[in-house]
Amino acid sequence: MLSIRNLHVSIKGKEILKGINLEVNPGEVHAIMGPNGTGKSTLAYVISGRDGYDVTEGEIIFKGRNILDLSAEERACEGLFLGFQYPVEIPGVSITNFLRTAINEQRKYKGLDPVPAPEFLAKMEEKKQLLELQDKLASRSVNEGFSGGEKKKNEIFQMAMLEPSLAILDETDSGLDIDALRIVATGVNKLRRPDNSTVVITHYQRLLEYIVPDVVHVLFDGRIVKSGGKELALLLEEKGYEWIRSES
Amino acid sequence: MEKDQNNILEEVTNSDYKYGFHTNIEMDTAPVGLNEDTIRFISAKKEEPEWLLEFRLNAYRHWLTLTEPGWAHIHHPPINYQDIIYYAAPKRKKELKSLDEVDPELLDTFNKLGISLEEQKKLSGVAVDAVIDSVSVKTTFTDTLAKYGVIFCSFSDAVKNHPDLVKQYMGSVVPSNDNFFAALNSAVFSDGSFCYIPKGVRCPVELSTYFRINAANTGQFERTLIVADEGAYVSYMEGCTAPMRDENQLHAAIVEIVAMKDAEVKYSTVQNWYPGNKKGEGGIYNFVTKRGICKGSYSKISWTQVETGSAITWKYPSVVLMGDNSIGEFYSVAVTNNFQQADTGTKMIHLGKNTRSTIISKGISAGQSNNSYRGLVKVIKRAENARNFSQCDSLLLGDKCGAHTYPYIKAENQSSIIEHEATTSKISDDQLFYCKQRGINSESAISLIVNGYAKEVLQHLPMEFAVEAQKLLAISLEGSVG
Repeated sequence: MLSIRNLHVSIKGKEILKGINLEVNPGEVHAIMGPNGTGKSTLAYVISGRDGYDVTEGEIIFKGRNILDLSAEERACEGLFLGFQYPVEIPGVSITNFLRTAINEQRKYKGLDPVPAPEFLAKMEEKKQLLELQDKLASRSVNEGFSGGEKKKNEIFQMAMLEPSLAILDETDSGLDIDALRIVATGVNKLRRPDNSTVVITHYQRLLEYIVPDVVHVLFDGRIVKSGGKELALLLEEKGYEWIRSES
Repeated sequence: MEKDQNNILEEVTNSDYKYGFHTNIEMDTAPVGLNEDTIRFISAKKEEPEWLLEFRLNAYRHWLTLTEPGWAHIHHPPINYQDIIYYAAPKRKKELKSLDEVDPELLDTFNKLGISLEEQKKLSGVAVDAVIDSVSVKTTFTDTLAKYGVIFCSFSDAVKNHPDLVKQYMGSVVPSNDNFFAALNSAVFSDGSFCYIPKGVRCPVELSTYFRINAANTGQFERTLIVADEGAYVSYMEGCTAPMRDENQLHAAIVEIVAMKDAEVKYSTVQNWYPGNKKGEGGIYNFVTKRGICKGSYSKISWTQVETGSAITWKYPSVVLMGDNSIGEFYSVAVTNNFQQADTGTKMIHLGKNTRSTIISKGISAGQSNNSYRGLVKVIKRAENARNFSQCDSLLLGDKCGAHTYPYIKAENQSSIIEHEATTSKISDDQLFYCKQRGINSESAISLIVNGYAKEVLQHLPMEFAVEAQKLLAISLEGSVG
């Protein structure tokens, strides 16, 4: 699904990622953990094609294709989804309108006609029920006046609607109370399929009680310094990041 | 009833003219320049009564004493008023045999707006005898309206057939000496529309389609007069929703609205005149005086405008709230791109008791354009309990454009409550990336964000108009973000 090989990334001449290697197979859930400022969000942005990051070395292969020369929207249309740490407000644009635009743009990319309205609305209904969301959500403006929890639930709802092959969830658990966390995690679990993959970025072990990862990576100072099974997360929780610092 | 309109339109636009070609079109043109003889020439050509000639001449004599206003935040080379042809009978444009001969860029725009092929031909000047078509539409339309006693005709026809009404109301809201451009219009106006809704009648159709077709041939100095008698209601839509490559540089129109007791007039505009090219060359100078008076108690006048065209827009649709408990509203979206300049807003003059006004203005600037909101809220001494709420928002795209807000508030009565809110924002990189990450490219993202921003105004437009306005916003801003 996703192969990152020797990825080096700089922002304004300062190297942030210093040779990342990552292999995510279809059906897998990976967790990337690490203290603040080690490059977790940078990695998420670089994979999804945000401007302002210089890839100085390495490659990102997504579904067998190097995506570094694709624009952010092309990568999205290829099936890449980023759940934002800080979802952005778009005043006056309803979630319904936003999602219909997104789905139709993605369909256009694939040479398909726009989704018929009844089919789209039925899908909205189905996914809302799946994620136990309130009815009025769809008519509200994208993230405008949303609580932290609502924003994150909205990210998962968009993920459910767009059905990506690979979802990267950047600190989706930050700022969530336990109920919201449960809903987000349940959503991710329900959307899990043998042909899609999820990369969860977090710096707490807490989320991993709900979303059980196949592989846990520890990102430290721009490198993945340790990978292992879900027990690695527990070990981290117990020993703290200081342990990694001393090990690396 | 709306269906009627559509049927009529469809019939007329899809069928060829049954009575052969109309060839004896007058080609008379007034000599270049403006003097009393020009005005006499225009008045004679239009076979006007003496009182109207006097009205024109008085306006002209007053105009001579005025100088062009200089307070607006706009810049343009001096206009030579002696270098303009003030009257030309309907010109035959160069006839094109098919759409293949039309500027492809223009066709592209039409397609994006979803304008039908037949209408495209008409708007771009392919021979579909637009003049004759609009006459027949008008006639059929007028029959439908006549049942309700609604008068809806060209201004010239109104002068001939309803001189008393015209005499009574023309200049009663915008006097001929109101301002430089109003005086000019009053002296030389070519034609326009007249609309009268009798007592207690709710006009059954939105008066729009007719004007839209007719708009292809209205001159540069139009004059519109709308009178809603006691308890009447009308929704009036003006505008051309396709870019017109007009060779005329100066447009100076007047719109007057009178709402009697319990009457309501809703006036919607989508203005999309040629804005000039990307270098800022050419385009229309649009100096318009629009004003309504809520003459009777509990009357209401509502202006909704979407301004995307013209090189210069100078326009302040206003409401004089004379009747007690009357309501004035102004909803505006003004878009400027490239080198366009817009100085637009409104005046709400509270004269009666318990009068209320609402102003929602959304400016969008891109390119190297300048977009100004200029508004006056005035409450006179005897206007007890007047209320105003104003919201003026500016959205900037890029870092070379300007947004300016000039709100004036004059309150002479202590019981009045006036609120003013203003915001300035930019489309952020975060917003754009968020959209792109969902698969939405920059242009679609901007269109989505801008339409969301303008939603509060667009929702006041009649449905059919709103859809076109949305597309228009997107087209106007194409290429504005790299």
